[in-house]
Amino acid sequence: MLAKPLNRALNQRIRDHLNAYLFISPFFILFAVFGVFPMIFTAWVSLHKWNIVGAKTFIGLQNYKFIMEDPYFWKSLYNTFSIWFLSTLPQLFFALILAFLLNQSMLKGREFFRISVFLPNITSVVAVAIIFGALFGQHYGLINYALSLLGMDPIDFRSSVLGTHLAISSMVMWRWTGYNAIIYLAGLQSIPNDLYEAATIDGATKRQQFFFITIPLLRPMIIFTIILSTIGGMQIFAEPLMFSGPGGGSQGQGLTITLLLYEEAFARQAFGYASAIAWMLFFIIVAFSLVNMFFAKKLQSAD
Amino acid sequence: MTRLSASFNLGRIGFYTFLILVTALSVFPFYWMYIIGSNVTAAINQFPPAMIPGGRFIENLIKVYENVNFNRALINSFVVSATLTVSVLFFCSLAGFAFAKLNFRGRNVLFAFLVGSMMVPTQLGLIPSYMIISKLGWLDDLRAVIIPGIANAFGIFWMRQYISSSVPNELLEAGRIDGCSTFRLFWNIVVPAIRPGYATLGIITFMGSWNDFLWPLVVLKDRSVHTVQIALKNLNGAYYQDFSMILAGTVLATLPILVIFLLFSKQFISGLTEGAVK
Repeated sequence: MLAKPLNRALNQRIRDHLNAYLFISPFFILFAVFGVFPMIFTAWVSLHKWNIVGAKTFIGLQNYKFIMEDPYFWKSLYNTFSIWFLSTLPQLFFALILAFLLNQSMLKGREFFRISVFLPNITSVVAVAIIFGALFGQHYGLINYALSLLGMDPIDFRSSVLGTHLAISSMVMWRWTGYNAIIYLAGLQSIPNDLYEAATIDGATKRQQFFFITIPLLRPMIIFTIILSTIGGMQIFAEPLMFSGPGGGSQGQGLTITLLLYEEAFARQAFGYASAIAWMLFFIIVAFSLVNMFFAKKLQSAD
Repeated sequence: MTRLSASFNLGRIGFYTFLILVTALSVFPFYWMYIIGSNVTAAINQFPPAMIPGGRFIENLIKVYENVNFNRALINSFVVSATLTVSVLFFCSLAGFAFAKLNFRGRNVLFAFLVGSMMVPTQLGLIPSYMIISKLGWLDDLRAVIIPGIANAFGIFWMRQYISSSVPNELLEAGRIDGCSTFRLFWNIVVPAIRPGYATLGIITFMGSWNDFLWPLVVLKDRSVHTVQIALKNLNGAYYQDFSMILAGTVLATLPILVIFLLFSKQFISGLTEGAVK
């Protein structure tokens, strides 16, 4: 008598399992084909000298040795980090302040401000690069016009290393500051208001509240955005390609790691070498994320 | 008392000044894009540059159409983004439902794996993915940018969080007792309950695919399959001097996404802030 419901329950369990695996299978199949397999295959290709016709010779770790000796790789590494540094630190700091202000209860027109600061994020990187390319133009760009009003000589942003990095960083900053502010705002809204009220009663100023309540409680969000901007920043590609052109400009002032990877693979058809660069990029992202996580955690235990 | 309120007012003025300044900085490039796009390039090249919109937007657009097949690119982008959005919403909510509400062996391990997969940069698989697409004969075929993206880890993660917190278990159990199959539970109970979540993830997906650049650049070489971003890049590369034409094209490429965003912006922003804390 008991056998039947038990049987049914068992059937249900099996069916549940089958359904669950079926429901999650599309992602895992796709990830196997376009994620895991390419990752392993990239590692294998990176051990070969491999060109477009498919002629390949096994050369072991030679490609990685070439990378170490390649001045373009070091240049791209320097550029990538420089652009990341110039864009991320001011961006996150600015986003924090912005989120803090947007969260003030006395703010009128909250919806309007939130939408407008988020607006840059919807623009494509290509569009941003075109607009900022025009803003940073040497002869007639708006930035140089503003500088001329201050009595300064026009700057040729495109031809100098720092100028290029500043221009590209400003594109990243413009596009992501509002986004990060909205993410922080989400975190801020989960901080109970009585904490601020108690602090106000104890005579804490707004500035003290910001540094001693807001920042410590927002740390998980801060870590999240640092990791996200690290991953994004290390992969920066469209902005330098659009701003500096192929090869990152005459002296490679805009050459980033992904741009180098793209050119080696799809302009020079050096698939083996490009694959080795791809793995180097992955190592750099993982290592740098861990370093950032370490520092972010350390900040947390400081107080 | 008066001193206190005076300093309070001063703080308030500074507060709004700062916010308005940031808003202006956020919006100005959009405005400036239209100024250049609606003037002749010479008007921009003078000192001081033009600061108000001109009347040449249509003429500039006609020049855009002489250089690239922008309508084709717009249609391609719409087809890709719409197909991807619908399939991502379906497959990610289905998988998110399984992770949130169904018990199965290996659930936690698979979910951890899924979250970890988000760390892998697309560049790592770029070359083999290109080879796979070329073996499948999908180079210069929109399927090359659609099929690999019909389900993604971020969407599943997001949907799992959303479904766990917004679909009560009792509702699902009641459905079970009524004899619903697992898919019926999903279709009749979960899908109607997560509409706001669909709105937010849908916009994220649509924007992401509309703005995608590296992968389409690699697999869509022929003009007939170019997306808006690739068309824009070509416009910029080929005619470097004619800023007015290039920016008129940029306005056109940005407009659809701007309209969609402004239509849904309220739900989108609140969905984003809620989704992040859940």
